[in-house]
Amino acid sequence: MDLFGSFALILAFICAVYAFVGGIFAIRTRHPLLVKSTRQAGIATCVLIFLGTFSLEYLFFSDDFSVAYVVAHSNRDLSTFYKVAALWSGQEGSLLFWSFLLAIYIFSTLMVYRNKNGELMPYVGVVLAGVQIFFLTLNNFVASPFKALATPGAHGAMNLVARADGNGLNGLLQYPEMVIHPPNLYSGYTGFTIPFAFALGALLARYPGEKWIHLTRKWTMIAWGFQSAGILLGAHWAYAVLGWGGYWAWDPVENASLLPWLTGTAFLHSVMMQEKRGMMKVWNVWLVFITFLLCITGTFLTRSGIVASVHAFAQSSIGNWFLGFICVILVVCLVAYFKNRDYLASENQLDSMVSRESSFLFNNLILLVSCIAVLSGTLFPVFSEWLSGSRISVGAPFFNKVNIPIGLLLLFLTGVGPLLAWRKTSAESLKRNFAWPLAFGLAGGVAAFALGYRQFYSLICLTLCAFVAATITSEFYRGAKVIRARSGASFLASGIDLTLRNTRRYGGYIVHMGMVLIFIGLAGVAFNRDVQKDMQPGSTMQIGSYTLLLQSMDSKPEKNYTADRMNVEVLRNNKQLMMLYPERRRFNVDQPSGTMVAIYSTLKEDLYVVYAGESPDTQMPVIHAYLNPLVKWIWFGGAVVVLGTLVALLPNRKSVLVLSAVAQTSPQAIGGQQLAQPFQPTPAMREGHD
Amino acid sequence: MKKRAKFGVGIGVIVVSLVFLAWLGYGESKTYYHTIAELPNLHGAAAAHRMRVGGTVEPGTIRRLSGRVDFVLEGEGKTLPVSYTGSDPLPDTFVDKSQALVEGSLAPDGRFVAERVQAKCASKYEAAPGGKLAPASAAASSTQNSGM
Repeated sequence: MDLFGSFALILAFICAVYAFVGGIFAIRTRHPLLVKSTRQAGIATCVLIFLGTFSLEYLFFSDDFSVAYVVAHSNRDLSTFYKVAALWSGQEGSLLFWSFLLAIYIFSTLMVYRNKNGELMPYVGVVLAGVQIFFLTLNNFVASPFKALATPGAHGAMNLVARADGNGLNGLLQYPEMVIHPPNLYSGYTGFTIPFAFALGALLARYPGEKWIHLTRKWTMIAWGFQSAGILLGAHWAYAVLGWGGYWAWDPVENASLLPWLTGTAFLHSVMMQEKRGMMKVWNVWLVFITFLLCITGTFLTRSGIVASVHAFAQSSIGNWFLGFICVILVVCLVAYFKNRDYLASENQLDSMVSRESSFLFNNLILLVSCIAVLSGTLFPVFSEWLSGSRISVGAPFFNKVNIPIGLLLLFLTGVGPLLAWRKTSAESLKRNFAWPLAFGLAGGVAAFALGYRQFYSLICLTLCAFVAATITSEFYRGAKVIRARSGASFLASGIDLTLRNTRRYGGYIVHMGMVLIFIGLAGVAFNRDVQKDMQPGSTMQIGSYTLLLQSMDSKPEKNYTADRMNVEVLRNNKQLMMLYPERRRFNVDQPSGTMVAIYSTLKEDLYVVYAGESPDTQMPVIHAYLNPLVKWIWFGGAVVVLGTLVALLPNRKSVLVLSAVAQTSPQAIGGQQLAQPFQPTPAMREGHD
Repeated sequence: MKKRAKFGVGIGVIVVSLVFLAWLGYGESKTYYHTIAELPNLHGAAAAHRMRVGGTVEPGTIRRLSGRVDFVLEGEGKTLPVSYTGSDPLPDTFVDKSQALVEGSLAPDGRFVAERVQAKCASKYEAAPGGKLAPASAAASSTQNSGM
């Protein structure tokens, strides 16, 4: 099966090269048969990558310990669930998994548009094939996952060997989140390839209008949704498994996943400027280019070990390949841009500081500043070594100092932006739209102060959260009221109807609401507390209103590890509340042990109890307990963000043409803020993409 | 043009204040990487910086004392005595011959006082084709993380 797998990957490489070279000729000659055959080569590439990936998975399931990658990342006792995950637990498999997910996207794209957009698709196909060639080169010639296990024999000859059992999967990875976090994050990374290919393809083809943006809107949202989910699942894994009480450490690899998310978010907003007003064309094209470059850079940071990180695998030469690829993309993008930039001229100018456009502009600007800050902080050791010779790293204070104000500014814009009209907003409409949300926000701030959240940034954050939540609710309320007046349905039914009629707009608001919940959670960080104590059975410790009593300790053998467990009774105000079982896992194969944190989670706070090991002084077991306020809101907000993204992906239920007609006659209509100005609905507006 | 100027000012104010904050954060958290061999040559301000030093734990040198753990790091033929004074238990990967990254500062007597220890287990090797021994994916763990 390893031969089959490598053969499939080699064939995939050949098909991709054909799709690339043949595609260029197809564009030149416009020969319909050549166009068709290169498209089919693209589809064949994807199918072959699927086969290659499945055969690696087959090797894991058949416990084939003659393959080096299987030996290194699996063992016989590993459960089915983790044998699936073993695929992406090392360098070679991760890269194959990258190709696999990319192939899913490309396969769907080529199938969906196989009879459409005939002018554009050959260009898109060539760009996609180019990206695939790079990854297949790595899969085949640099980091093949199908290498046989061998030991060096006499005279440099290699003897193939097979082992009875493997080394097992890294214990830190044997948690459910680790099975779903990488696929999500990688689906985000790979997904941005599709908008990139369309943007570059449209630029090369000088494809007229905003069509490429319409075509890639959903693909971008899919990638963005996966990226968001991936980042949050990773944060949750760090929180629940690593046992240091936090979820984000500004680790280089965490940062790497955040970078394309920041530019991707900027892009999702700035495309609206292009759709509505024909502005920001150059900016949008470059945002997509940069997002894709950051995706590749993220993979490069993870894979090359250039910046020391918990995630970085052994240092390897693979970094040079990525650097080369990044340079090639950059050159191609620059050339394509300078040859065709006249085609990207803006149709409109900015009219006013207080307008929807300017709020988008600021949103984009600060997302980009945040991205630059995170990128430069992450690469600081590398740059400082180049410039001054000494390797200097910056830590959490650097990232927090810059990104907290940026986050708050963005939160503010999330509340303000949707209430501003395009072009120019009048003073009365400002007053009308902002009076209630502003009052609600201030009330929220006072409530937060009364509840004891008295830290400058946290207080501002909670105030803004209340303000934004109020603006979003008022948007739903005003829309639902109009529908209710016409249909007589209940408010809830009208709200759902409203959402389904313009999924992009109201799905977007749901995403914003999710972000508000996440920010509420982030505001809690300033109030984290922790206590650490050497314990023996019978002793107690106090944290906040909780008392922890260590009743006993036991040791339980499981299939793949032994769990050393603490039985901790939790009391609140001296009343028995519950039992918690923090654990340390010793894996049966030669591996460092892992912690299993016990968390009692409420909306108010998390009681987070870690069995931290044995004290160096007394050899007694140590409990490290944390009290982290509001953390649960983050995970809850993440779920809402994903839900909102899914809603935004739904097709609109009815033609919104009807709605726009209503809007023209009723001043209280949906998006009433737009009506503060007399306006002519443009065709784009009538489509209902707000 | 007046609008553009307004925008320019708004954007300028935001960017300048963020750069200022970044500079503050940089001053607060910058950490120098040094090799063990470089340490004796550091003088004055350079010797007082917060720094990170990597090396291999010399077998048999780990001594657990009250309130601290002493050990010796070895790298490029030079050695460095280290006292770990942090409150968190040392990571499980911290054993003889493991690769360790210590973060802290130099004491006047030449001893390194570490507040944080990261250790990488170098015990696992896989036979790579070509006859070279390559360390397999080594899990690093550390005594504490700072962040959010």
